[in-house]
Amino acid sequence: MAEETPAHVSRRNFIKGVVAAGAVASTSSYLFRTTTLHGQPSAAGAVERLITLNVNGQDRRVDVLPQQTLAMTLRYSLGLTGTKIGCDRAECGACTVLVDDVPHYSCSVLAQRVRGKKIVTIEGLADAATGKLHAVQQGVVDEQGFQCAFCMPGFVMATVGYLKTNPNPTRQELAHGISGNLCRCQDYDKILTAMMRGAELMRG
Amino acid sequence: MANTLIGQNYSTPDLVAKVTGQAKYAEDYRVDGMLFCKLLLSPMPHARVKRIDASKALAMPGVKAVLTADELPAPADVVTDLGQRIAANTKGEKALSNEPVYQGEPVLAVAAVDELTAADALEKIDIEFEPLPFAVDPVKSLLPGGSNARLEGNIWGKPKPPTPGQPVSPPAIEELRWSDAEAAEYAQGRLPMGKTPDEWTLGDLDAGFKTAALVLDETFVTPNTSHQTLEPRTAMAYWQNGKLYIHCSTQSTVQTVGSFSRWLHLDQKDIVVVSAYTGGGFGSKATGTITAIIPALLSKKLNGVPVMMRIDRETEHGIGGARPSLHGRIKAGFAKDGKITALDMFVVCENGPYEPVGDTAQSGRIVSLLYQPPAMRWRGVAVLTNTPPRRAQSQPGGMQGITLMEPLLAKAARKLGIDQVAIRRINAPEGKAKFGPANARGQRGYATSAFIKEALDRGSEMFRWEARKAQGGKRQGSKVRGYGVSVSTFVAGSVGYDGLFVIKPDGRMAIQSGIGNLGTESMSDCHRVSAELVGMPWEKVDLTWGNTGKNLPWSCVSGGSQTTHAHTRAAHAAGMDAVKKLQEIAAKVHGGRPEQYTVANERVSGPGGSMTLAQAAQKAIELGGKYDGHELPENINAFTKTSASALAGQGLMGVARDAYPHDGATHSFVAGFAEVEVDVETGKYHILDYLAVADVGTIIHPAALGGQVLGRSMLGIGHAIGQHWVYDQHYGLAVAKRFYQNKPPTILDAPQKMAWDALNIPDPETPVGARGIGEPPVAAGCCAVLNAIADALGDDVFKRAPVMVGTLMAALDAGHAVQEPLTAHI
Repeated sequence: MAEETPAHVSRRNFIKGVVAAGAVASTSSYLFRTTTLHGQPSAAGAVERLITLNVNGQDRRVDVLPQQTLAMTLRYSLGLTGTKIGCDRAECGACTVLVDDVPHYSCSVLAQRVRGKKIVTIEGLADAATGKLHAVQQGVVDEQGFQCAFCMPGFVMATVGYLKTNPNPTRQELAHGISGNLCRCQDYDKILTAMMRGAELMRG
Repeated sequence: MANTLIGQNYSTPDLVAKVTGQAKYAEDYRVDGMLFCKLLLSPMPHARVKRIDASKALAMPGVKAVLTADELPAPADVVTDLGQRIAANTKGEKALSNEPVYQGEPVLAVAAVDELTAADALEKIDIEFEPLPFAVDPVKSLLPGGSNARLEGNIWGKPKPPTPGQPVSPPAIEELRWSDAEAAEYAQGRLPMGKTPDEWTLGDLDAGFKTAALVLDETFVTPNTSHQTLEPRTAMAYWQNGKLYIHCSTQSTVQTVGSFSRWLHLDQKDIVVVSAYTGGGFGSKATGTITAIIPALLSKKLNGVPVMMRIDRETEHGIGGARPSLHGRIKAGFAKDGKITALDMFVVCENGPYEPVGDTAQSGRIVSLLYQPPAMRWRGVAVLTNTPPRRAQSQPGGMQGITLMEPLLAKAARKLGIDQVAIRRINAPEGKAKFGPANARGQRGYATSAFIKEALDRGSEMFRWEARKAQGGKRQGSKVRGYGVSVSTFVAGSVGYDGLFVIKPDGRMAIQSGIGNLGTESMSDCHRVSAELVGMPWEKVDLTWGNTGKNLPWSCVSGGSQTTHAHTRAAHAAGMDAVKKLQEIAAKVHGGRPEQYTVANERVSGPGGSMTLAQAAQKAIELGGKYDGHELPENINAFTKTSASALAGQGLMGVARDAYPHDGATHSFVAGFAEVEVDVETGKYHILDYLAVADVGTIIHPAALGGQVLGRSMLGIGHAIGQHWVYDQHYGLAVAKRFYQNKPPTILDAPQKMAWDALNIPDPETPVGARGIGEPPVAAGCCAVLNAIADALGDDVFKRAPVMVGTLMAALDAGHAVQEPLTAHI
């Protein structure tokens, strides 16, 4: 088995991904750690940098610059690299996460603006206690959905968000619901089949 | 084989990691103390760097190093697998350049403690560029008064014939200008058939045209399309004990080691490539990208500290490369029954600024295979332009050649009153169909097998072609429907690679995969052949891939649809090696002759008794020698020998080189069928239905195959419906660089109904019968849609791809095509 490539979600792996990411963060916040070198404002009137974000059900204290996006914060301050950056300009949807159950492009949301909201990333979808995959994730596994899968976390999060508003969509409706996400392998037909399977599993 | 695994769906071992966000792509690695690098990109299409002063940047707190083009290793010779040496192309692509030849080309790199500091440091670099003449339109560069993209000229000359004992010399840049007469023809909207450095002829062209009942002469332009892999080609590198560790985005795992070895003048044993997941390649990351040496060189300057080079979308537009457009003109003669009598094909390939691409010549070779003209001439020239480097993109050259040919073929069928499927069937290759020109010995290449006629028949039936085609062109309100069919082919397999696995005393099977994991799933699928042969359930297989430090076998480039063919063969060879060893061990233990024993259901059984694979593995360790890998076959690659030696003594080893016979050149085929609906009042059109039927030999993994067939079809459809570059011709600058400007199809562009099928006829020249599939669906998707639009609206509505809404509106108003026929990048 290749390193970093678990074939099954174990509870231990899950905790590594969701909870213990804080341990990773201590070595991964380098992207912004030397900002005092630039004289970034920290004076009175500037926004508070040390904030609390609720990510995947955990309150996380994190040092965030005023201009720092949620995508950068998740990936580089919290070590949650399942959220991908494909374009960094709200064009591709690879960075989609849920903010209070609504899909957002995290590359285009400032971390400071989501304080007090519930953020869910791909790492937070499966059951943290048992490691059981979310229905939409299981749909992907059942249908061997996606190819390179760089777009997959975004598509899965967009689908989970959309299904909260329409649990029983037609293929056409679901395609519209997740049309803000690009797959460059262009495996749309199979993606839609996998997501429809996920919707079916969600309905039970 | 029992076929309990081959042809069955299953969950690939990378899928759960992907769907839970735990799969690590290059940018997901992080190491303590890691630095970040940013690139300074050329603001001009062609310039000379006159002066660089980095002192202010280097004086900034947090800035660690600057790397310039002067510090790069010189281009090195290429040595092929067969030991042939090809002299370095000193005019080829470099990681950094003091003479940037396209806007966005990296000029220097800065490493700093974080990206913000690196970006600020770039602002502090004092750099002076001297603008140089540039060209962004290949045909204009050939006309009188045209400018050259490179200081040395505007085209790649024909390579010199090799001198025995000497390295093969790279082609040289030359200057080519056509005459005023050709300029006059250009002004008429026809591609001038001027002088070219390269051509070949087959049969009697003049006689073919003389006997023709219909002769068509058409000019067509195919688009430049960026690969736009969703994962940019990010790389992170560090050095430890003299070894380079590089985490990068590459299609191939083992084969990428060779690239870094050449680019950095390093011994292959001193390089570890880690790439367990790659976010798409489509040909552009075949064996990595040369810019990935930048973090490696910065790290080396800084005593091995890890350096991450995160590539953003705009940088990716430049260094990521693109498919070259072909400006083409084809004159074709047809008999009354639609059979082609003669074909005169002329192409101008927009090569970009660097190495000559294979697309130019491949276009003619593929057209000659797919349409089997008895007489054919191909002429071509690769013209240099100051636009991003061209790289192979799914079905390179074949896609463009077929796209030049298909609209012409559709027009011929209409003029001759022949059914569109019938005209493709009558010209279709069959069996060991020949292609291309004859070599010096008068021999032509030929396919291993071709069942495109069967694919057309199956597709016609599934699509209900006969019943539906009559509706084409009939207007209902403002809507018109059209039906299109296209055939396609491309190379689909190589030979001669190695397979390697160990059956362990715990009864599990450890398979080593040197295949890249770019999303095709071949890195897992191919190895099911080995498991099938030794009777091992897939649940007991542990697959290792994605890290060349983990004892992987010599494997092919994961590109050009080689892998499924190459590695089902290698897996078969290794599987048969293990079966033979198992039989011998059983005979030693239980008596009798080895061939009296059969291997199935995790056991090897025969007249003397039966033993489990676990017991046989234990016995293999006791026996040593060849059984547990202490003695290895002579003919395996040195790379595999090193890996196998490291795994020796752990169990029963299956290890072998694919030395199976192989007569012909392996190609796969696809027939595509499309239905479109055009609104003649708005020009807007939708693809309602698309079907692809593939001739790819034995099906290995249906779900992965279906994803490839329809995914690659969509990539082709993107070329038909909207994806292309736009350039500011005056300044030579790209204006369509981002997804929203140069948009790949979205889920809403996908046909409402999509279906695929595969013939599942084994290829006779490979033991498992499987061929590759990544390439041929592309042209089939593109051209079935183009032909459906023409079926709805008539010929001469468009003269280039993609067909945009505006193109259709203008043509519908004027009653004929009103596009500027030949200008590039509009």
